[in-house]
Amino acid sequence: MQAANTHRVTPYLFLMPALAILAVALMYPIGYMIYASFLDWNPSQRIGEAAWIGWRNYVFLFNDPKFHESFGVTIVFAAAVVTIEMILGVGLALLLDRNIRGLSLLRTLFILPMMIAPIVVGLMWRLMYHPTVGTFNRSLKSVGLEPIPWLSDSTWSLVSIIIADIWQWTPFIFILALAALQSLPKSVVEAARIDGASGWQQILYIKLPLMLPVLIVTCLLRLIDAFKVLEVVLVLTNGGPGLSTEILSLRIARTASEFRELGKAAAMSNILLFMLFALTIAMFVYGKVVEVRQAKLRATAEGAGH
Amino acid sequence: MTSKVETDRQHPGFYALLVALVVMSVGPIVLMLITSLKLNVDIMSDTSSLIFMPTMRNYEQVLCDVLWYQPTSISSCDPTFGRALTNSLFIATISTVLTLVIGCMAAYAIVRFRFFGRDGLSLTTLIMRMVPPAVLLVPVFGIWTFQFCIGNSCAAGTHWGIILIYVAMNLPFVIWILQSFIAQVPIQLEEAARIDGAGPFRVFFLIVLPLIKPGLAAAAIFTFRIAWNEFLLANALADRKTRTVPVTIVNSLTEYNIDWGVIMATGMLLAIPPIIFTFVASRQIITGMTAGAVKG
Repeated sequence: MQAANTHRVTPYLFLMPALAILAVALMYPIGYMIYASFLDWNPSQRIGEAAWIGWRNYVFLFNDPKFHESFGVTIVFAAAVVTIEMILGVGLALLLDRNIRGLSLLRTLFILPMMIAPIVVGLMWRLMYHPTVGTFNRSLKSVGLEPIPWLSDSTWSLVSIIIADIWQWTPFIFILALAALQSLPKSVVEAARIDGASGWQQILYIKLPLMLPVLIVTCLLRLIDAFKVLEVVLVLTNGGPGLSTEILSLRIARTASEFRELGKAAAMSNILLFMLFALTIAMFVYGKVVEVRQAKLRATAEGAGH
Repeated sequence: MTSKVETDRQHPGFYALLVALVVMSVGPIVLMLITSLKLNVDIMSDTSSLIFMPTMRNYEQVLCDVLWYQPTSISSCDPTFGRALTNSLFIATISTVLTLVIGCMAAYAIVRFRFFGRDGLSLTTLIMRMVPPAVLLVPVFGIWTFQFCIGNSCAAGTHWGIILIYVAMNLPFVIWILQSFIAQVPIQLEEAARIDGAGPFRVFFLIVLPLIKPGLAAAAIFTFRIAWNEFLLANALADRKTRTVPVTIVNSLTEYNIDWGVIMATGMLLAIPPIIFTFVASRQIITGMTAGAVKG
């Protein structure tokens, strides 16, 4: 009896600390933020003293041209980095999926940009983009070309942060795509080769379709992370010049700390969170659909076997 | 026969591509290292120079306060960086240990006692993974400054306040990755131990933990990395005494007149632990990275 009791209590004992911390330090703040988005609140006030203003923060944001611009920049940034990184990462994986010596060293070196602090990544790129002594402008000058205003021109600055992000995160897609390629059933690729499929045909009709589930999940993961980028941009341009690189998470941080409007920052956070939530649910549902479809295929295959 | 030769000897172009990729991915890091070993005069000089006198002066200036000798080159010592380094180490280490212990226990309970199945867990992990630190900024600042107080001292501005949010941020991922490792531990081992009279806690610590070391390593590296690198929340919560290295780096960045040598030395010091982890445990890191997507 005693033993049965301890057995019933143990799982709760094991789960308790994790649940307590998640509830206090993650769930509660998120609920708090949703509530705060309906308040007119500045950092020197306690939340109880802030005035309830209903949907006015949201109405303000929907009519705020600065928010629109920041939103647009975020979408352009996320779309650009995810598209380019997917093409480069998957392309490299297809190209390098062979028995080359040194591939594992390459993979190790490729992880470095993701492991190093985003702040430091920002620093390195800021030095390279330096108008006079930076690597890029020096190289341009040495071959006799005009230097480029990497961070001080509103078009180039967006390009610059996109390039830095591509450097940092293409390896992520490369590694996942390579793992997917190497877990493909060897027999299928072999069979296609024996049937006389060319390299391109193997990629187009065999490898890519088989990798598709992993690629879609990778793409969505990367998209979610692209909306979270902040530190690299903060160090490189701090959102400028003007609002040309002020992505949403940076705008949230600045609204909270510089303009001291916590209610509006919370409303923006909510909008961002809602978008990410939709993406996450899409990803989860897609994963389920694939799973069900595969189970069904397996069932039919087994049925045919009997 | 032919296929064997084909897969092993490659067109030289592939090796050229490999070298180019290595240069591209490591180049900026090497540039940072070189810059940190230069004097500002050399950094700002018009001629790009690969030949220069390497100097440790930037590092001496950053670390002046924790060095065992008195650097001769520096007139006054600014203790900010030394203190920040200690803070960063303390916060990252403690939050990693706490996250691992708590996450491990939760993962074990979820796998062995069949709580809310794997679906519920993976959905929660995904949802937590999507929350950007920027979103947590406002509520964490508000709650930590005004509500999590004992008497007059509040969680904001203390090491423990920062540690609490880091543990919470990392827990979902750690639980997710550890449960996939725990699920592979054969239950017969545990049953045997239980028959021999070991209680659930002893089974957990003596049987399960040693078997999931690779998973623990992956989880530890990911947690440490986030706690070590994070800027935004540390910036909102830390006061002068508890600032971490990323916060001091951003604070010393100004529009003009950046002391590139010193700032690159600081960046290099911040980058060293993750670089070491990468070389020591790249396999575990890749496992951790692919776990969410490839295994499903």
